[in-house]
Amino acid sequence: MTPALHHYLIVSALLFSLGLLGVVTRRSLLIIYMSLELMLNAANLALVAFSRFNNHLDGQVMVFFIITVAAAEVAVGLALIVAIFRRRQTTHVEDLATLKL
Amino acid sequence: MKLAFLPWLILFLPLLAAAWIMLFTRANRCRSAALSISAVVLGFVGTLTFVGANGFHPVQPEVSVTWLAVGGLDIAFGLRLDALSLLMMLVVTGVGGAIHIYSWGYMEEDRCFSRYFASLSLFTFSMLGVVLANNFLQMFIFWELVGVSSYLLIGFWYERASAADAAKKAFLTNRVGDFGFLLGILTFWGLAGSLNFEAIKEWMDNGIGFGSTDPIIVQSGLTLAGLLVFCGAMGKSAQFPLHVWLPDAMEGPTPVSALIHAATMVAAGVYMLSRTFFIYTPDALSVIAWVGGFTALLAAVVAVQQNDIKRILAYSTLSQLGYMVMAVGVYAPSAGMFHLVTHAFFKALLFLGAGSVIHALHHEQDIWRMGGLRRRMPVTFWTFMVGTLALAGVWPFSGFFSKDSILATAQHHSPALFVLGAAVAALTTFYMFRLVFVAFLGPERTSEASHAHESPWVMTWPLRLLATFSLIGGVLGIEGLLTGFYDPVGSEHPNGLAAQVFYPFAHAPVAASVGLASVAAGFLAAHWLYRNVAEDPLPARIGALSRWMRNKFYFDELYEATVIRLQDTAATVIDWFDRWLVAGAAVRGTAGVTRLVGQALRLVQTGSLQTYTFLFVLGVAIVLFAVLGR
Repeated sequence: MTPALHHYLIVSALLFSLGLLGVVTRRSLLIIYMSLELMLNAANLALVAFSRFNNHLDGQVMVFFIITVAAAEVAVGLALIVAIFRRRQTTHVEDLATLKL
Repeated sequence: MKLAFLPWLILFLPLLAAAWIMLFTRANRCRSAALSISAVVLGFVGTLTFVGANGFHPVQPEVSVTWLAVGGLDIAFGLRLDALSLLMMLVVTGVGGAIHIYSWGYMEEDRCFSRYFASLSLFTFSMLGVVLANNFLQMFIFWELVGVSSYLLIGFWYERASAADAAKKAFLTNRVGDFGFLLGILTFWGLAGSLNFEAIKEWMDNGIGFGSTDPIIVQSGLTLAGLLVFCGAMGKSAQFPLHVWLPDAMEGPTPVSALIHAATMVAAGVYMLSRTFFIYTPDALSVIAWVGGFTALLAAVVAVQQNDIKRILAYSTLSQLGYMVMAVGVYAPSAGMFHLVTHAFFKALLFLGAGSVIHALHHEQDIWRMGGLRRRMPVTFWTFMVGTLALAGVWPFSGFFSKDSILATAQHHSPALFVLGAAVAALTTFYMFRLVFVAFLGPERTSEASHAHESPWVMTWPLRLLATFSLIGGVLGIEGLLTGFYDPVGSEHPNGLAAQVFYPFAHAPVAASVGLASVAAGFLAAHWLYRNVAEDPLPARIGALSRWMRNKFYFDELYEATVIRLQDTAATVIDWFDRWLVAGAAVRGTAGVTRLVGQALRLVQTGSLQTYTFLFVLGVAIVLFAVLGR
């Protein structure tokens, strides 16, 4: 049995949900960040799958762009997390509440 | 028309003087007074020059510029220059000028000298504006300015509560009348489509727009509109039932009383009636005549039992104003205006004389604390006598001629009003001679009275000047000028001096002799009752009536109990409505609900990013379900 489109989409949805669960439930900035990347890649998987099954390369191109942007984003995001850790000695989101009313 | 710029200059000079005094010369008393006086005296000279160059009937009686045009409404700012306004300008600037000069002496010691002269100039400017206006709106604006400046002057000594109250009373009472005036103006604008006097007159004459409607409706509409306009005159000229402010206006400095009572303010009402005489229907005129007649009688009766020298004169003014209004009501605006002019002379004279007495007695105003002033203050006494005789209407003083011309027309139009007029004439003589006998003749009643001395020349010369005009004012040809103005064809008034002096006897012998008889009766009664008495004999003789007269027939109390009570109640209810429903329920209610909702919504904002994310995803899920799930 060759995998059909909906198999890929189910995997993508599972990955996305796992990522979301991580973002909503975990309290460490780093883990949340990794979960975010997971969600991003779930989306990439869906795009690639669509591209493949529709014989259309636009999706692939878009994925390249997303990966590029994600790489830049990771660099900036990690740098911010390091900066926050240096300043506050923590990456726990519940400690980062200075903007709270 | 020659010297067309002069009227503008005359009108605006006092305003300039007022502004200049308030802005630059407040500290310099002499310069303020000189500025104010020269503005009005220049106005007088300017008016004389203008009349000399153009006569009383200029070729082009109107100059105007468009002031504003809104849709169909064109408002011009214009000057009406005809016999009526030119004569009135001479009176305002002439009598006003004498009062200005007199004020220099009278107000010498007041610390707000400059403010006084600035207000005086503003007053003169407003009055000239009323006189020169060529349309209703402009007249109304200056009319209100007269109200404002009278407020400033009556309340000049505002530290005194009674003066501040009197100023408020005058202003508010006038506002009541002015509201009617405004409604009348709007009605005429609606009917005639113009505010210009000449245009309205043309419209009235031609009856354009009358044809399509039922004549009875048109007539009653015009009567109503005319009476509404008359409301304005009732306020300014203090006619019953809006007469209550005038006696209280005595709280101002005496020269101000003279100005308000003689040349300006109260004259504005009668002048307005004469200016707009053509708009009144016969029904409206008979109402006007009876209001005037009743005011004349009421005020004369009240004046008999007043003891304050200025109050006697104030009620006398009321009574004479009633006379003038009555004259307009019996189709003789010329007689009314004639009486207004002569009255301006002798009433200014009487007030300034009273001021001279008050000044000499260190602000004593009770006539029963005077006496014997004839010997101490000869100039004041003799000029006051001239004023009294003129007011009483003794031949050949000016008052006789004007009063006679009113009585003659009243006799012609309404015998009842004629009898009323004669009775008022007798009462006038009675209370004026009561005043003279008590205050000037007889023994000195207090030590102040026996130490009184004549006022300085700056006060006595205006008295002399006004006395001269009170004497000859009746034969200067004013009456001929006015009858000629209202009836250019049928006027047969003589112009020669001798002919004028005896004109009343030839023209209407009954009126003249009845007038003189009432004067004689009034004089004899006053002589019989008040010659050399220590206290007022009238209360003992007429009892309760005297008390009613002394208390002005309790009109103030009546208004206190009705109008003011009613207004207070309404104010309380509206205050409650405003405080609890508008401010409470509407404004604070809205604010409170917003605040509560805000506080409730604040609970949603936890500050935890993950909660937001969760809610966001939940939202997306719901949207997706809504879009795709069905």
